[in-house]
Amino acid sequence: MSYLEYTVKTVPSGWRKVLYLNWPLIILLTAVACVGFLMLYSVAGGSLQPWAEPQMERFGLGLAAMFITAMVPIWLWRNLSALIYLAALALLVAVELFGAVGMGAQRWIDIGFMRLQPSEVMKIALVMALAAYYDWLPMKRVSRPIWVIAPLILIVTPTFLVLTQPDLGTAILLMTAGGVMMFLAGVHWAYFAVVVAAAGGAVYTVFLSRGTPWQLLKDYQFRRIDTFLDPSTDPLGAGYHITQAKIAMGSGGWTGRGFMQGTQSRLNFLPEKHTDFIFNTLAEEFGFVGGFSLLVLYVLILMFCIVAALQNRDRYSSLLILGVGLTFFLFFAVNMSMVMGLAPVVGVPLPMVSYGGSAMLVLMIAFGLVQSAHIHRPR
Amino acid sequence: MRRTPRDSAESSRRMTRRGLLLGGAQIAFAGVLGLRMRHMQVDQAAEFRLMAEENRINIHLIPPSRGRIFDREGRVIAENEQTYRITMRREDAGDVEEVIGRLSALVDLRPEDVARALEEMRTSPPFLQVTVADRVSWDAISRVAVNAPALPGVYPEVGLSRFYPQHETFAHVVGYVGPVSERDLARYEDPEPVLRIPRFQIGKVGIEAKFEEQLRGSAGAKRVEVNAVGRVMRELDRREGEAGADLQLTVDSELQDYIKARLGEESASAVVIDLEHGDVLAIASSPSYDPNKFVRGISIGDYGVLRENNHRPLASKTVQDAYPPGSTFKIVTALAALEAGLIGPDETVYCPGHMEIGSRRFHCWKRSGHGHVNLEQSLRDSCDVYYYDLALKVGIDRIAEMGRKLGLGAAPDVPMSAVTAGLMPDRDWKRRERGAEWRIGDTVNASIGQGYVLTSPLQQAIMVARVATGRAVEPRLVRSVGGQLTPSRGGAPLDIDPAHLRMIRKAMFVVSNSRRGTAYRARIIAEDMRLAGKTGTSQVLNRVVRNQDVPWEERDHALFVNFAPYEAPRIAVSIVVEHGGGGSSTAAPIARDITLQALYKGTPPLEAYPAGDRERIQAQQERLERERAERAAEAGRRA
Repeated sequence: MSYLEYTVKTVPSGWRKVLYLNWPLIILLTAVACVGFLMLYSVAGGSLQPWAEPQMERFGLGLAAMFITAMVPIWLWRNLSALIYLAALALLVAVELFGAVGMGAQRWIDIGFMRLQPSEVMKIALVMALAAYYDWLPMKRVSRPIWVIAPLILIVTPTFLVLTQPDLGTAILLMTAGGVMMFLAGVHWAYFAVVVAAAGGAVYTVFLSRGTPWQLLKDYQFRRIDTFLDPSTDPLGAGYHITQAKIAMGSGGWTGRGFMQGTQSRLNFLPEKHTDFIFNTLAEEFGFVGGFSLLVLYVLILMFCIVAALQNRDRYSSLLILGVGLTFFLFFAVNMSMVMGLAPVVGVPLPMVSYGGSAMLVLMIAFGLVQSAHIHRPR
Repeated sequence: MRRTPRDSAESSRRMTRRGLLLGGAQIAFAGVLGLRMRHMQVDQAAEFRLMAEENRINIHLIPPSRGRIFDREGRVIAENEQTYRITMRREDAGDVEEVIGRLSALVDLRPEDVARALEEMRTSPPFLQVTVADRVSWDAISRVAVNAPALPGVYPEVGLSRFYPQHETFAHVVGYVGPVSERDLARYEDPEPVLRIPRFQIGKVGIEAKFEEQLRGSAGAKRVEVNAVGRVMRELDRREGEAGADLQLTVDSELQDYIKARLGEESASAVVIDLEHGDVLAIASSPSYDPNKFVRGISIGDYGVLRENNHRPLASKTVQDAYPPGSTFKIVTALAALEAGLIGPDETVYCPGHMEIGSRRFHCWKRSGHGHVNLEQSLRDSCDVYYYDLALKVGIDRIAEMGRKLGLGAAPDVPMSAVTAGLMPDRDWKRRERGAEWRIGDTVNASIGQGYVLTSPLQQAIMVARVATGRAVEPRLVRSVGGQLTPSRGGAPLDIDPAHLRMIRKAMFVVSNSRRGTAYRARIIAEDMRLAGKTGTSQVLNRVVRNQDVPWEERDHALFVNFAPYEAPRIAVSIVVEHGGGGSSTAAPIARDITLQALYKGTPPLEAYPAGDRERIQAQQERLERERAERAAEAGRRA
C-alpha cells in the first residue's frame, strides 16, 4: 500500500501531531542517552567536563532535530529520498577531496558549527533511498536481475567511498544495512545464497592477497583481524586494548565495582573509554546488571521499531522504519561484540551513549523519520 | 505507478514475514550478547577481577638495613651511615634547566652527573624521581632544604650506606659491599627481588660476602596503586622489612690495630689464635686498603695504585697466599718420626754440614756443621742434616699424614675470600699432578719445609695451636650471628701421643729461651708469659748470596710461629714477613711484641722484655702510640 492509495484527511495536522508521536520510543531514547551522560560523567572522574555537558547539549539539539523531522510529512521525505542520497554521495566525494584527516582517516568536513561526517549521513540516506526505490518498484519486478543490480549500485558506491577513507566499520555497516533492506523488500532467496557464497570467496581472497602487491586491506586492518583472532599475539600492542577491555568488563561481576569505582577506566587501562569502549566502563562499574539493562533498553527500542513498521501499511514507511531499526541494531551489536571480544575492533560507537556529535545527531534525525512515518501512517 | 491490490497484498505479506524474521534474528543476537556478558561477568568474574588487580597494584620494595659487624669487645667494624642525595622530578620542576642552574649555585654538581640526570629526565615519565647528586654533605642538604621554595621539584633523599669506621684495619677480613652487578645477578638462579632495587648493596668479598644472607635481612614492601602509565596514585598498605642479623667477630680490634701498626710498611701477615675455642684474635695482612673507597665506587686511578703496588695491598695474605714454611715445618717432620717410633729424644745424628744422598749433596744452613745433635738440639739450632736423616727414615707419606693432622694441606674453614689449601705433597699427589715418581730428594727438601710444601700463615697458626693443645683446634672467626653464639672450635684431642707433643713443646721453648736458640734474642722474660716458638726462613731463590746484597723481591721470606705462655698455652701466633730476610732476625721480634700485646690485652710492661731491649722497645712503643694517635686524628677529620 502506498500513501497515494489512502486519503490524507485522517492524518493529524498542525500541533495535534505532537499527541500522535510515539512517546514510549522517545522516553527509551532519552533513558539510553542518560546512561551515556552518567558514564561520561564517570570517566571524566566525576566531572561534567569535558564530555558529559557537550553530550547533553548535543542530545538537546538532536531532540529538536527529531521533532522537526517528525513534523514533516513522510511523503515529503519519500520524495526527497533520492535527492538526500545524492547529496550524501556528493559529501562523501567532497570529504575524499577536501576532508580533514583524523586518526589516520579522512572522515569529516568542517561546516562551521560542527564537524560533519558524511559517512554518518549516508547510513540514513542509503536506507531512505532503498526504501523509496522499493516503494516505487512493483513487486513482480523485485527479483528480476536488472532491478536487483540498480540497488546494488546504490549500496556499493558509497561503501567503496567509505572504504577508501578508510573506515572499515562504516563500510561493513552500509553493506549489511543495504543487503538486509533488499531482503526485507522481498528479493528472491537465491540472490542472498549467491552473495553469501561470494562473500565467503571474497574473504578468502582478501586473506590470500595479504603480503602481495595487490593487497586488498591495509596492514593495520590485517593486524586488527590477527589480534582479534588471537589477542595474545600482541599483548602490549593492539591486543592490549582488547585484553584491557575484557578485563574491565569481566571484573565488573554481577553488580559492578560501584559508580566511579572502576579501576580499569579510572586508571586509564581502558582505551577510548569515552567513545568506543564506554560500554566496558558501564559493565565495570555497574556489572552484569548494568550492562544487561542497557541491552534490554536497546532491544525495547528495536521492538518498538519493528512493531511500528509492521503496523504501518505504507510500504515506504515500513521499509524506512525497519531500516532505521536495523542501523541502530548494527551500531550496538557491532560495538558490543567488539568490546566483548566477539568481533575485531572496527571503530563503531555505542549508539546514543558514546561521546560524539555526528552519530548522535544523525540517529536522532533517523528516529525523527520513524516518528514522521508513525504520525503520518495511513489509518 | 499504481500497484494492483494483489501486488500490494503480496508485498505486505512478504515484508511482514521477512520483517518478523529479521526482528527475531536481531533479538536472538542480542540474546547472544547477553549470554556472552553473563559468561564474562559472572562465570569468569573472579579471573578478570584478579587481572584488574594485577594491573592496578604494584609492589615497591623497602630495602632492609644491613646487619652490623662488631669485634669481640663490641667495637663497631661495619655499620650503616645515612647518606644524602638530591633528586628531581621533572613534572614538579617546570623549567628543569633553570632549576638545575639555581641548584648548582648552592651545591657542587659534577657536570657528568647533571648531563646524565637531564638525559634520564628527558627519557623517563615526568613523575619519576631522578638522582642529580649522590653522597652530598649534610651542609649541602640543609642549604637545599632552606632554599626549597626556589627549587621546585628538587627533593633531598636519605638512604643507608655501608661504612667501615676502622678503615684499613679489617679490609681483608670483612671485605666490602658494593652495588649489585649483572655478574652478581647471574650467580643466582632466581635472584631475590630486593637485589633489583637500584643502588642496593651486597657483600662482594670477605665476611660481607660469606654472610650475605644473614646480614641482608628481608625486604619490606608497600603496595601502591598505579595507573596505566605507572604513576603511583596512592599507597595501599606497607609491611616493614626485617633488618639483617648483626655479626660479632672473634677478633680484637685493638690487637689487630696494633699488629697493623707493628707490621708497618712491611709486606707481611700475622695471625693470633686463642687456644681455648679457636677464636681468631687477629688476622692481619699488610699493607691494607680502605674498603670505604670500594663502597663509594673506587676511581680507576686509586685502583691502579693498589694494583701496581709490589707489596700487594689487595691480597689477603693470611689466607690466600701460601709460602714454603721453611724450618717451621721441622715440627711436623720431628713429630712424624716420633710417632713412627723411629727416633727417641736422645738419639743423635752427626751433622758434618752436609749430607750425600744418591749423587747429590744436601747442605745444612751451617756449613761448618752442628756435630752430634739430638731432637731438642736439632730444633734449637735448626739443624738441617738431622732432618735429612729423619726424612730418609720416615718417608714422605708419614710426614704428609702428620702435616694433615696438624691442619696443613686443607683449606681452613674460615669465612674469608680465596682461602688457599696450601700444599701437603705425597707420592700420590706427585704422580697425579706432575706425572712423575716421587724421588728421595723431594722428601729431603720437604723435611725442612722447602720444595713442594706450601702453607698459609693461618695454617701455620693452626699447626702451632694443635701442637700447643693436642686438640684439633679450628679457627673461629665469627663469635655470634644475630645474638646466636657459634659453637666452640677448640676441637677434639688429636691422635698424637701427648708425650711426643710435650717433647716438641719443650724443644720450642728451648728455641726461644736457651742462650743458643735461634730465637733467643726475641725472648720474653716475664715468668708466666714466656713463649715457645720456631723460626723459619724460606728460600725464594736458590742461592748463596747474603740477603742484604740482593733486591727486595729476591730476599728470603722470614717466618715465625709460637705459642705462649709455655706453661699454660693461651695463644698461638704465626708471622710471615715477605722478603724479610731471616726468621730469627725479622719475624721473631714482631711475634714477641704481638704475643705480649695479646697476653696483656694492651701495651705490655717493659719488664716483660729482656733488660737490654727495653730502651729500644720503649722508643718503639712511643712511636707506635704517636702514629696511632695521628691516624685516629686523621680518621676524625675524614668523618
